[in-house]
Order: sequence, then structure tokens, then C-alpha cells
Amino acid sequence: MSVLSSYNIVRLAALMLTSVTPTHAGVPDEAFKSPMWETLSERYFGQATVVFDDRVKVTVPPIVENQAQVPVTADARLIDGVKKLIVFADLNPIQLALELEPIKAKAFVAFRMKIEQATPVRAAALTEDGVWHVGGVFLNAAGGGCTAPPKANGGVSWFDTLGETQGRLWQEKDGSVRARFRISHPMDTGLGQGNTPAYYIEKVEAKEAAGTTLARLAMFEPVSQNPTLTLVVDLPRQDPGLNIDSRDNNGKIYRANLIAPWRQSRNDQPEGSLSAP
Amino acid sequence: MTSILTRRQSLLLGASALSLFCCCPPGRAEPHQYDLKPRKLTNGVWVTRGSDEAIDERNGGAIANVAILDSTEGAILIDTGPSRRFGEALMALAKELTGKPVVRVYLTHFHPDHMFGNQAFDPAILAATQGTIDGMKEYGNAFSDSMYRAVGDWMRGTELVLPQAIVLGAPEDIGNRRLRPLLMRGHTPSDLALFDEKTGIIFAGDLVFLDRAPTTPHADIERWRVSLANLSAIPNAMIVPGHGPTERGIRGIEQTSRWLETISRIIADAFDRGLDISEAIKLPLPDWTTSIALARYEYERSVMHLYPQLEASRWPRIDERG
Repeated sequence: MSVLSSYNIVRLAALMLTSVTPTHAGVPDEAFKSPMWETLSERYFGQATVVFDDRVKVTVPPIVENQAQVPVTADARLIDGVKKLIVFADLNPIQLALELEPIKAKAFVAFRMKIEQATPVRAAALTEDGVWHVGGVFLNAAGGGCTAPPKANGGVSWFDTLGETQGRLWQEKDGSVRARFRISHPMDTGLGQGNTPAYYIEKVEAKEAAGTTLARLAMFEPVSQNPTLTLVVDLPRQDPGLNIDSRDNNGKIYRANLIAPWRQSRNDQPEGSLSAP
Repeated sequence: MTSILTRRQSLLLGASALSLFCCCPPGRAEPHQYDLKPRKLTNGVWVTRGSDEAIDERNGGAIANVAILDSTEGAILIDTGPSRRFGEALMALAKELTGKPVVRVYLTHFHPDHMFGNQAFDPAILAATQGTIDGMKEYGNAFSDSMYRAVGDWMRGTELVLPQAIVLGAPEDIGNRRLRPLLMRGHTPSDLALFDEKTGIIFAGDLVFLDRAPTTPHADIERWRVSLANLSAIPNAMIVPGHGPTERGIRGIEQTSRWLETISRIIADAFDRGLDISEAIKLPLPDWTTSIALARYEYERSVMHLYPQLEASRWPRIDERG
């Protein structure tokens, strides 16, 4: 990614040195030569200032093993005061995968998404000054993820397991809490064969026991079947656990509770087992 | 079937539409040809060695080993390779080596690099376990799409052909040769190894890899290791692995088992520590794996195969209904 890095530095330097009009600054050229970039940056960023920023990292695997379940991690923890972190794939039929509001949480989310074809996968972090910081990678993949029906769930109808949630909490070295969980849901895009309408979890909130929302996620059709999420929240140490409240686009509510204390296993140290980013 | 064009149909349509507008560019008119180089293991037994690579446009998917055995009744094949064109080349090679037509073809399992050459043969002589046939039915079309994407023109004209003979477990006498099927599982839900009583050679299919990292898209790792332990108890003259060199001794069995134990432990530890897939993929592998082709590549794939299974099976239920 050295090409991108030097490009970004040039871009940032240009923004700092020259007085550019807001509209011009709003849509900088980008390295992937994506035909969708102008349209998408207008859609997501409007007239706001947009900069390419290496501190916004998107991680995808070097190989795509299953286009319906591509692991994506968006990480903007190096930037302070992120109000919103969005993830989108330029060349998907539905580009926007999710929006994270890290209210009392890190600007970090890991999930799996459907990928239709090789595409830039981008994350954009909105800071308090109204600037969007954009990072991304180019994912090499051949198509199929978005229009293929979700794979059969081992012969079990999705309806029988709808909303079943599994997960665990871990403590990070800095004292924050990592939540990993999986919600059973078909996450239909509405673009598949037959007349299956779009049916997906559109909202996930991670709350402390007192009810304060620590992180809010808006999710869209590209998030994979059985959404499997990693969030890092600032859960108070004495808190009995983390509530996960979700809602799908049919209005169905799902509630789950990830119970503290943190799981102790032969691999977990008592005081945090994860290295800092 | 649906009315929507499959991906390869639209590729073919696209290709023919293109050809209306451009002359054939020089160098592209000659179709790809597989250069099968049989190695004689002993009298009447040959192996064409797959390349120890991922499936790609250069190797045309010819990454798996295929065996040819002579018998007084005719030639016997074990696996058919990745495409129709490979199957046709294999049939010609078997006839050239044995001077006889092919009378029996065994398929060791349902993976695409082992069975898309089926089309070159009469389905009545194709033999596999019911589990393998079921796997071909379930995954065949998806495999076909992904093979067309991965290797392109090498796959031209290739269609899924299902075996009509079912291997049940009884030894089969073909001319002067008796082959004993060993029904196992672990690499896939149904893996067929074959023991040739005449030579003592075990044809292990993809239960055994040697100096090439094992693949796990349909693996049950514990079962696989049990199968390997069982396989190692059978005295043999040589083992022909699904991928990698043929050797005397059980180095392939031991290495495959050690690899599976190693990667499943690394992946389970990463999972226990709360890492996500993208973090687990970056973990280092032990030094001994550096001599194994595609170690890093197959480890990364295995993380993506095994992680969702761990998440679904090991995390406790936390929802209200649970």
C-alpha cells in the first residue's frame, strides 16, 4: 500500500497548503479509480470536507474464501473523537454495509459482508470538526455473494433459530471491553432469486446495565447472514454485563445479554488478554 | 434450475459476442493443453503429479495427483482431474500406457480438482461412495462456477457428471487386480482411499497431503485425524497422497495429522482469546511449516473455514430465549 500512502500524504499536504473551496475539497480523487467514488462521496459526505487518512484502516483477507462471508475490520482507533464510522464497498449493488456510532466505544468494528465482485472496501470516520477521514483497501474477489441465496443452515430452517444470539466478552489491555457476538438472522438482500424480500437486522445497540447506549450500529443488506460482530466498548468495570438490543426491518426486537465477569480460560490472562492495536 | 443464466453461460455468451467483433488475437487460438507426465511407481502403476500450487490460470486446476493402474481387463483410474480437457488427456494417456481402454474410474471425494474430468468417461464405469455423489450434487454447480472463474478457458465445455456405480466397501476384482476400498471421512464427509492388494500401494486421496498444506473447506478435523490413525495402521508399500510426492513410509500421514493438530490449535487459541478472523489470520505459524508449500495460504483459508464453526458451537447462548 505504499502507493496509496504516498498518495495520501500528497493529498493531505495539498489540503493543508492550499485554500481549496469546500466543494472541491469534498470530493478528492482517489487511488482505486473507482467509477462510483464521486457518486458515493456525494451520497455519504455531501458537502463535507473529505480527506484520505491512513489512520482509518480496513482489513480484508488476502483471499476471498466465501463471497457471502468476507471478514472486514474497520479500525479508526488512532483518530480521536470519531462520531461515526461507516463501511461501504463501491462496486456492490448495495454499497453501504454499516454505520457505527461509538458513543462510549472505540471506533472499531469487525463483521462479515457479502461481496459481489472485486471492489474497493472503504471505511470513513467522521470527526467532531465535520471532516470525513477515509481509508480503504481493494478487495480482489470474483462475484456471487450478493445474489446467491444464503447457504442452507445445516438443514435447519432459519426461522427456527431466528434471533438466537451467542457471544462472549473479553477485557482489553487498556481496560475497555471487547464484545464478540453472533445473531442468527437470514439477512436477505432482496436481490436473490425468487421473491424473497429484503429482511435484515437494521439496528444493534450495545448498552450498559443502567441503559446507557455505548455503541449504536445501523446495518444494511450487505452484512452477512448470521451477523457476527466485534465491538470494543467502555463498559464500567463493575457492570454486570453488556446488553445487546437489536431490531430487524420487520420491526422484530431481539434482546441478549453478554454476562461479565470476563471469561477465564487457559489462554486468558486475568488482566486482559488482547494486545493493544 | 432457474431461468437466470449461470455465470459460465453468460461468460460463454460474452465470449462469443466478443468474437463477432474481433479477429482471434495471435497466440490465443491454440487451446490450453495439459502436459501429463506420468511417473511409473512399479509395474502397471503410474501417477500424474499435480502441481503444489493453488488452482489458477497457469496450471488449469491440475493440482491433484491422479493414478493409472493396468489390469488384464483394462485400465483403472483414481480421480479424473479438474476439467473435461484434463479427463480427455487422461483417458488418452491411460490407453497409451496400458494399451487398453479404461474400465473403472474411482473418485476419492467430491472436490473439483479431483472429479471434473468425469465427463471423458462413461458414467457407468465411474464409481464413488454415496456420500461423494451427494457432495457432487450439492456443491457441483458452485464448484463449476468457481472453477470457471479461477482457471477460465481450461474449463471450456466442462459439465458435472455423476458416477453411476456406488462403492459400498467390498473389494473389487478387476482383471488380475483386487482393490480394497477404505471408507473414511474427515477431509470431506466421505473420503475413499484404495488399497491395491497386488502392490500394497495405498491411494489415499486427500486424506493425505505431503509437503503441500492440506485444504479444509469441508473438513471435520477430529474425524480426519482418526482416519489418518486408522490409515497408518495398514501396512503399505507406498502411499500416493492426493497432493504431493509418493513415498514409502507414513511421512505424509504424520505430516497431515501434525498440520491439522497445529492449525486447529492456533485457531482455537485465537478464538478463545477473542480475536476476530482478520486478527487470527495474521498469527505466525511454527517454523517447521515453512517447508510446506502454501502453508500460509491454506492456514488463512482454514481460519475462514473453522472460525464460523467455532462461533456457532462454542459461544454460549445469550439471548432471552436461550
